[in-house]
Amino acid sequence: MDKTAIHGLRLKDVTITLDGRELVSVDHTILPGEILTVMGPSGSGKSTLLAFIGGFLDPAFHAAGEVYCGDINITSIKPQDRRAGLLFQDPLLFPHMSVGSNLMFALPNWVQPKAKRRQSAEEALADVGLDGFFDRDPDTLSGGQKARVALARVLISEPAFLLLDEPFSKLDAGRRNQMRQLVFGNAKSRSLPVLLVTHDQADADATGGMIIEVGAPLQNQ
Amino acid sequence: MLRFFPAFALFILVVPVLCGLAGTMLPAFGYLPALGGDEINLSAYKALFSQPGIGHSTRQAFIIGLASTAISVCLVAGFVAAWYGTRSFRATQHLVSPLLAVPHAAAAFGFAFMIAPSGYLARLLSPWLTGWDRPPDLLIVNDPVGLALIAGLVVKEVPFLLLVTLAALPQVPAVKAIHLTQSLGYGRMAGFIFAVWPSIYKQIRYPIFAVIAYSSANVDMSIILGPSTPHTLPVRLVGWMNDSELSMRFMACAGASLQIAVTVGGLVAWLLIERLMASCLRMFTTAGYRLKRDGWLRIMASISMTASALIVFGGLVVLAIWSIAGLWQFPNALPNSLSLRSWNTTLPALTRPFWTTVVLGIAAVIISVFITIACLAREQQTGRSGGNRALLFLYVPLLVPQIGFLFGLQLLLLNFNASASWPALIFVHVVFVLPYVFLSLSAPWRAFDTRYEAIAAALGTSPWRIFLRVRFPMLLRAILAAAAVGFAVSVGQYLPTLLIGSGRFSTITTEAVALGSGGNRRIIGIYAFVQMMLPFIGFLLASLLPALFFRNRRAIKGL
Repeated sequence: MDKTAIHGLRLKDVTITLDGRELVSVDHTILPGEILTVMGPSGSGKSTLLAFIGGFLDPAFHAAGEVYCGDINITSIKPQDRRAGLLFQDPLLFPHMSVGSNLMFALPNWVQPKAKRRQSAEEALADVGLDGFFDRDPDTLSGGQKARVALARVLISEPAFLLLDEPFSKLDAGRRNQMRQLVFGNAKSRSLPVLLVTHDQADADATGGMIIEVGAPLQNQ
Repeated sequence: MLRFFPAFALFILVVPVLCGLAGTMLPAFGYLPALGGDEINLSAYKALFSQPGIGHSTRQAFIIGLASTAISVCLVAGFVAAWYGTRSFRATQHLVSPLLAVPHAAAAFGFAFMIAPSGYLARLLSPWLTGWDRPPDLLIVNDPVGLALIAGLVVKEVPFLLLVTLAALPQVPAVKAIHLTQSLGYGRMAGFIFAVWPSIYKQIRYPIFAVIAYSSANVDMSIILGPSTPHTLPVRLVGWMNDSELSMRFMACAGASLQIAVTVGGLVAWLLIERLMASCLRMFTTAGYRLKRDGWLRIMASISMTASALIVFGGLVVLAIWSIAGLWQFPNALPNSLSLRSWNTTLPALTRPFWTTVVLGIAAVIISVFITIACLAREQQTGRSGGNRALLFLYVPLLVPQIGFLFGLQLLLLNFNASASWPALIFVHVVFVLPYVFLSLSAPWRAFDTRYEAIAAALGTSPWRIFLRVRFPMLLRAILAAAAVGFAVSVGQYLPTLLIGSGRFSTITTEAVALGSGGNRRIIGIYAFVQMMLPFIGFLLASLLPALFFRNRRAIKGL
């Protein structure tokens, strides 16, 4: 079994500041299958925590502390080597690729040959209830279907942990609950540590995990 | 009243091109009664194809157009893929963007002054590295293969393509897509090319086509940097068109139709390359290769981008120094002495072309801005923008090679005794200025928050007053910026001025190009310096005036 799955995602004394002002401060280990929620109003800097863990922190911010994935310190390695699974507010399906190509794009390249890649993508689509969607144009999908393709795409890339940036906020109320269960259920069954950033209390309640509240919105300059 | 303007704009963009094309094709087949040609025959083509080296000149125009475009697109795609969203990207972007305003001829002269055997780069490296104490006997500028011309076109096209790419980028969630692809393990460049570039490319196709059309039929840069034995096809055509032997014009027109074929051929070849690249990309996209080790390629992309900008800027500085140089012996990096003698002797000759350039530019810009605003106001009234089709019409004068229709237009105007007149000259400048003014102004115009106008209307203000008191002042910066772009375009026009002016109207640009790269460096320095300062002053005014008018209005003063 993968080491990550044993140790989870450890945020060791992580503090993010902007111009000397503290935005987020976390010291927590997210165990495999566990979900840590960071809640705060928009503009509070909660997304910078995701950016820091993913390796995309804007140089305007200053970050201290370390991030361990399993027993590997990933704080200063390239984003390409962190194996973070990102899910945003928008599904961000690549419009020039078919649904299936979007998945094959994410599939690790040790899965070869081509026929096997295609089969993996088709299976991943079936797992999220989108059997037979392989050749569809992403633009013809409903909002809920797009969100499911985005989930299938991030799962097929075999991430070590998930970073969710308000992934349910653009779905309508009915779909939202369904999608939460699908995402959280998959994370649990794959023993993935999950960091969820949201401003929706219902999201946080649905996780059943620990919640960290972060501060006031940033002042305009 | 407003309703006629879209049709009028269409008329200005399309009719001269169509009439010009017809006016070129008829003489090409022998029909030009004014010069005694009243029967259809192929003798002009026979004469054309019996010209020495015509096949070579034609091939070169084709290859140079395609190669310079391909290299420029690769440079821009590579640079954006490697650095978009970083600090060094913004820094380089600010370095490259001003080059857009530099007229082609000035950029070509600056480039030539840098790379020539006796140019600045050789001076910097001599004699300590190269051992040269006199300029080496190398044909670097005007080389027979056209490498200098290709490089010159590239350094001038890159800023344009970068700008249109930057305009396209906000339409796609590029930064998030970059993060996503990197998290999936893709190298920065590969991720961008696979995931973002196809959406960008779709938006910049017309500009790329315009670049192909421009570079395959370019005359002024080709005179300065291009091969001379023989010249490229477009340069030879202009020579024939201006030949005192009037019967040469039949052959010139036949040649112009050949030039159109070359440009169309270039476009078709590009479409094939597009297809090929698209299917390669599709294959690679789903194969899963991460291509992570792109550090060296990113650095190469940055270096080539910066170098292409610096060589032009350096060249412009060198031009300026030459204009005030006294004696300047070869390996010296600086002149032995400075003197204003060249300026004193050249200024009298420069005054008339200078004012011609300025008046022509301002007239063409005022007309173009007026038409643009009228069209946009009409679009606002009807709520229809005309979409992609209207955009295609804007590109018509930029996609048809200038030579192809300017020859015919000149002959037509001659027929009506209207050639070499101010109205004709201003009109032909408007044909080329209007598309750029429209493209620059339409985005800010359409982005204007119409609730301001709704408030004014609710207060009982008339539509005309709303425009004058609300929209116009709030968009003044954008309007002046579009005007500055238009002015820069007008200043840079070589062929339209030369042909429609029939040599009787000379501008700074026509005079500068006429000096060629072999001429007196001090005088070239002066003309090219003035040529590059004119657009610069235009942009300076465009940013200073709003800051002055609105000095107490922080939200819109700009500076």
